[in-house]
Amino acid sequence: METQGTILPLLAALIPWPPFIAFGLIALFANRWKRLSHTLAILSVAISFVLSQIVFWNAIRVEHLGEHPIALRIPWLPVGPRPLEFGVLVDPLGAVMLFMVPLVSLMIFIYSVGYMAGDPDYSRFFALLSLFEAAMLLLVVADNLLMLFIGWEVMGFCSYALIGFWYRKPSAYRAAVKAFMTTRVGDVLMLLGIAYLYAQTGTLNFHDILRNPETLRALAETPSYVAGLSVAALASLLLFAGTVGKSAQFPLHVWLPDAMEGPTPVSAMIHAATMVSAGVYTTIRMFPLLQAGQHGLGGATAFWVVALIGAFTAFMAATMGVAQNDIKRVLAYSTISQLGYMLAAVGIGAYVAAAFHLITHAFFKALLFLGSGSVIHAVEHGHHHAGHRHGHGEPFDPNDMFNMGGLARRMPVTFWTFVAGGLALAGFPLITAGFWSKDEILGEAFHGAFDKGELLPLLVFLLLAAAAVLTGFYTMRQIALTFLGEPRTEAAAHAKESPASMILPLVFLAFFAIFGGYVGVPDGFPLLSALVGGNWFHAFVGGTLLEHPEALPFSPAPVFVSSLIALSGLALGWLVYARRPLAAGEPDPLARLGPVYDFLRNRWYIDDLYHRVFVRPTLWLAERAVAFFMDRVLIDGLLHGVADGVWSMGSALRLFDRVVVNGIGDGIGEAVKAAGRELRTLQTGLVQNYLLVVVLGILGFIVLYTVAPMVRGF
Amino acid sequence: MVPLTWYLLVATALFCIGVYGVLARRNAIAILMAIELMLNAVNLSLVAFWRYLHPTATTGQAFALFVLVVAASEAAAGLSLIISIYRNRETVDVENIDLLKG
Repeated sequence: METQGTILPLLAALIPWPPFIAFGLIALFANRWKRLSHTLAILSVAISFVLSQIVFWNAIRVEHLGEHPIALRIPWLPVGPRPLEFGVLVDPLGAVMLFMVPLVSLMIFIYSVGYMAGDPDYSRFFALLSLFEAAMLLLVVADNLLMLFIGWEVMGFCSYALIGFWYRKPSAYRAAVKAFMTTRVGDVLMLLGIAYLYAQTGTLNFHDILRNPETLRALAETPSYVAGLSVAALASLLLFAGTVGKSAQFPLHVWLPDAMEGPTPVSAMIHAATMVSAGVYTTIRMFPLLQAGQHGLGGATAFWVVALIGAFTAFMAATMGVAQNDIKRVLAYSTISQLGYMLAAVGIGAYVAAAFHLITHAFFKALLFLGSGSVIHAVEHGHHHAGHRHGHGEPFDPNDMFNMGGLARRMPVTFWTFVAGGLALAGFPLITAGFWSKDEILGEAFHGAFDKGELLPLLVFLLLAAAAVLTGFYTMRQIALTFLGEPRTEAAAHAKESPASMILPLVFLAFFAIFGGYVGVPDGFPLLSALVGGNWFHAFVGGTLLEHPEALPFSPAPVFVSSLIALSGLALGWLVYARRPLAAGEPDPLARLGPVYDFLRNRWYIDDLYHRVFVRPTLWLAERAVAFFMDRVLIDGLLHGVADGVWSMGSALRLFDRVVVNGIGDGIGEAVKAAGRELRTLQTGLVQNYLLVVVLGILGFIVLYTVAPMVRGF
Repeated sequence: MVPLTWYLLVATALFCIGVYGVLARRNAIAILMAIELMLNAVNLSLVAFWRYLHPTATTGQAFALFVLVVAASEAAAGLSLIISIYRNRETVDVENIDLLKG
């Protein structure tokens, strides 16, 4: 493996450090000074941003970056014949991530200054956000699965801590625990996958495994003895399980909507732009492994699993998003849905399209979240403003879109940037970034389904197309309910545009949400392709792998179809919600769908199902079986039994002690005393008595020695 | 010549009188005197044995002289003790001197 000089790898290795140091400084020293806290945090991300930009712009100038990545490896833990290594690796995929992550993060950090102003735990927020940023950057520059997993888990922790940031709210800490537990399921499987891969190959380095045809072939040909899969397929599926948890795919998607309990910048950064895409990033990263498995034992099972989970999640989450009233929850479902798109793309082999969508999605989804945060912020302040005059009445939910309306005139910047983000999400043709990336995914599926006639791409295409219509619909619904028509509450009527620190990131991100897609315009697209100079993104990221995938040539049919799909969804939304804006108190027109609406609104009852199947039995097990039977009956019984045994043994010994031991001791004493008492009478103190005894004694002896022999002599 | 047996009889008689005096008298001084009697009885028997059995050896006489010396010192020590007791308890009656009673 040839590498690029020494300066760039060093810079790449330094990228995660500034936020990490900022985390330490804020947590240890700066937590009393708000201004210092956010200055440190933003400064650190800015440094990382500058480093990343240097690395990125140098990286894209390198010819064949895939073969000659910017890399640095340091032996770290000498275990077994090959030491575990730490190192950095910036290949094309890593480079585009390095472009996106610090940029979006920097915007969100700046935005947070405005959004979190006045929060008592301001410094804690920035400390955790910095730690999160460090972990994400570590994950991006990592050159092996172990480092990636470290970043992955630290992010998991930060996500937990930030979802539960307002931990005094029961719903917030419940959501935090839910997120943590749900992702844990995936993480454990992922760790298994990592261990399995290490056991099979003796290395975790991406370059050693993924760019080494012999290793890949060996992995693909070794049976794993599980469901007839090859080692490669099993390992990639185990790693994919981690992605399912982290990127909130079915069946582990339930935590992401609840994660919206966290502050909005957190939702934007962690639960839309970066952390959840880390799952997709990992799957794209391990794509060669997945691909290797295809030709080995078990065939394309792994591809089927990935593609169907992705496509199904995309569709399912889109349907759930249609019936939500919470502005952030709609976005949460759209995030799940879009992540599903990416994974479906990986599953049909279009990993470049997935990476493209990952990048554009990060921009417009961060934009949408920050926009919704701006709206919530404004409505909340409007509510306080209105409340001062009318007094606080019933509980008010500033996230509920039915409490909004007519905000377009009151918050024009937020409105227009939100529309930009929304159109990008819906894939509005030609002028939004989302169109180009989504079009590439749909185009690949279309190509596979109709040009090659394969079944899997057809299924994926149908599910994704349906999801795309729904995406357009709920995006329009959201825009209409939030911004159009007349205010439905006092709070909305009193809403004001947010401060500059919140508006500027929106504008900046909106720029990328619109123009970010032009790096990936398909070759041969009329007019535009010539204008922006071909499909740069595909050529660049495609170089990540050994086999460069062919970029699909432009064909009008898929583009036409995906444009039609996006526009039909938007048009449907427009017809239902925007043509005649809802008045205050009017029910959702969707409610006319009856049971279907309830089904969607209750998220297909999946949460309830999990509650019944996993949570309640677990609680039952904890309360009844463990707490009562195990703890109180078995363990307590055992302990009490031992205690009772020891107690009675002690009593017996005590009796023995009192009766026998004390008896002997006291008895000897008493006997001596009694003897003394009796014998003392002999001591009269009268000298003549003593003398008498002496005389009698002598007489006795005389008798003994003189008279007795004489008597014997007779 | 008077036979040895007579001397021994006199000595025995003297000794018995002494023993009786020691055991029966109450006056401490009288007891002391009775002890002197017993000592002299022994002296008498010692001298008699020397004269009749080993007239050439001087052991008997020397023994008698030692007894005299001891008797003198005993009398001195005894009397001083009695005086000391009398000063403390104003009595020389041994019935009343029972400080060592158990």
